[in-house]
Amino acid sequence: MRTGQNSLRSKYRALMDGVATGLAILSTLLVVVPLIAIFIYLIIKGASSLSINFFTQIPKPVGEDGGGMANAIVGSGILLGIGSLIGIPIGIAGGIFLAEFGRGGKLANAIRFTADVLNGVPSIVMGIAIYSLIVVPTHHFSGYSGGVALGIMMIPTVCRTTEEMLLMVPHSVREAALALGVPNWRSVLSITLKTASPGVITGCMLAFARVAGETAPLIFTAFGNSNWTVNPNEAIAALPLQIYVYALSPYDEWHKLAWAGSLVLIVLIVAAVSLVRYVTSRGVLKGAS
Amino acid sequence: MPDIPASQSTTEHEVPTAGAGDAQMQAVPVEVPVAEASAIRRFLLSRGNSAIADRGFHWLMVLCALSIFGIVILIAYELVQRSQLAWAKFGLGFFFSAFTDPDTHQPIYWDPVNGHFSALPFLYGTVLSSFLALLFAVPLAIGTAVFLTEMCPQRLRGPLAFLTELLAAIPSVIYGLWAVFVLVPILREHVNPFLVKSLGWTTLFNDDNPTGLGYMSAGVILAVMILPIISSLTREVMSAVPGSQREAVLALGATRWEMIRIAVLRNARIGIVGAVILGLGRALGETMAVTMVIGNSTDLPGLLKNHSLLANGSSMASVIANQFSEASDDLHLSALMEIGLALFIVTIIVNALARLLVWMVTRGAPAQRN
Repeated sequence: MRTGQNSLRSKYRALMDGVATGLAILSTLLVVVPLIAIFIYLIIKGASSLSINFFTQIPKPVGEDGGGMANAIVGSGILLGIGSLIGIPIGIAGGIFLAEFGRGGKLANAIRFTADVLNGVPSIVMGIAIYSLIVVPTHHFSGYSGGVALGIMMIPTVCRTTEEMLLMVPHSVREAALALGVPNWRSVLSITLKTASPGVITGCMLAFARVAGETAPLIFTAFGNSNWTVNPNEAIAALPLQIYVYALSPYDEWHKLAWAGSLVLIVLIVAAVSLVRYVTSRGVLKGAS
Repeated sequence: MPDIPASQSTTEHEVPTAGAGDAQMQAVPVEVPVAEASAIRRFLLSRGNSAIADRGFHWLMVLCALSIFGIVILIAYELVQRSQLAWAKFGLGFFFSAFTDPDTHQPIYWDPVNGHFSALPFLYGTVLSSFLALLFAVPLAIGTAVFLTEMCPQRLRGPLAFLTELLAAIPSVIYGLWAVFVLVPILREHVNPFLVKSLGWTTLFNDDNPTGLGYMSAGVILAVMILPIISSLTREVMSAVPGSQREAVLALGATRWEMIRIAVLRNARIGIVGAVILGLGRALGETMAVTMVIGNSTDLPGLLKNHSLLANGSSMASVIANQFSEASDDLHLSALMEIGLALFIVTIIVNALARLLVWMVTRGAPAQRN
């Protein structure tokens, strides 16, 4: 009787174990499938409508064949350039403060928390805040305002990764620098930060890749432009914005361009992320650490 | 600079007989320190006083760090400032009540032409689409995390983890594009008719929306988008569970699933809740993909007469994305700003809560008590 019960029970337990394992495998498959589906679609649809015109021409009016997104690619480059100029220095400086000066202090904890919160603020909210901060007073959409929005979104990511990387630098390195009479600021910049540079660069690239695909903060700031412009003081085109507009248009030609644009965007982002991974894991930059 | 070679030459002069290395080593400490110390001091003084530079550098870093505060305060200030008009006109009722049409006695929620604004339909849309997203995403994310941390062969772990992280790198607008051209047609042709047929009796599904857009589509695409963050954070808190806990349960004769349930999931549960809330924060504020598939109707389907999950709607973020650039009068703009402010406050609260929970687990203390 007892043994019968026991074997029944152990069969039940083995069954539950199998069911749980099966469910876990199934859910992993369900997560991986959409990813692969998205990539396959992007590659098939995008590659078939990608041509040299895409990179060299500006958008054409509906009905005309061809046309590309040269202006949007350049526009995205300009916006990301402005964003990086704002986001990376401030982010790194914030990270240096958190790791080197404020360690454990109340101020540092508050700033760390605020950075995490800022990271969670929806990008559309960032967009309307920058709209009312820059676009309303200047009375026109501009590349500058879009760049500022992207830059602000980069700050928390850059700041937190810089902090984490600096914390991994051993104390003895700092002490060695200070013992040689190097001023503290010099020690932080050319010893600690340099030692942590692979990680800091990874953080910057991740932040860059994240904002490269942002659309919501650009709708009311950079606004988009179907003409060629490199002047950041006027409305400027951006790749994600152009994809958004084309995807919602009723024209097949534009849908194709949207797929091609998405492929270009994702290739740029994945290339950036993988390049960083490759370089940091291969130790080209690791020499410093 | 010129002092250093000088001090070196003195050393040689004072120990001229020291031929062997260790003799020199003995002699140097006796004679040189005074000369060398002053040389270093002079060298440092020649470089200027570093105290000023140090202090300047320190304050520069503090300033940059404080700018993060400044940004959050500035955003809040701008939103509050610009939403004054709507707040003064509608007060708190903006989020809860509707204007009743005197002729038809139908509620009017969003009527920019006549200046009636209520955020109720968008609150409903945001809550409903985020809830659906969590419903789909949470079991999948936890299952994936369990598989990757506890069951997966070592060889597969790295690539699979990288793949799920890659999901997070895809921009929102590309998810939207994929949803519009691939996901929505699939839902429209195959899933929705099936749901209507088999679950129509719950009145949650009905087929009066032929587009395939709507809350359901938004929920599904949101689920795909928040999966990576929930899954990677869950993995993080699961790996924080000490191995000894697992071994102890296994030693008592537990199967692998019992070990996961008793040792891993129970110890990590606070952190998992934190990860889910963080995913919720993402879902609440997600804009582009939702805007592209939710249907963008400003009506409230109505909790009583038609609460189909397949109906068109709008979320808070999507109505801003849709109407902000065409908002002509100040009241309309102000109402949208107020929705933005509400979104800002809600996501701050949700994120703060989630960070607190994740932090509690990964820093240890409360997890030990279980």
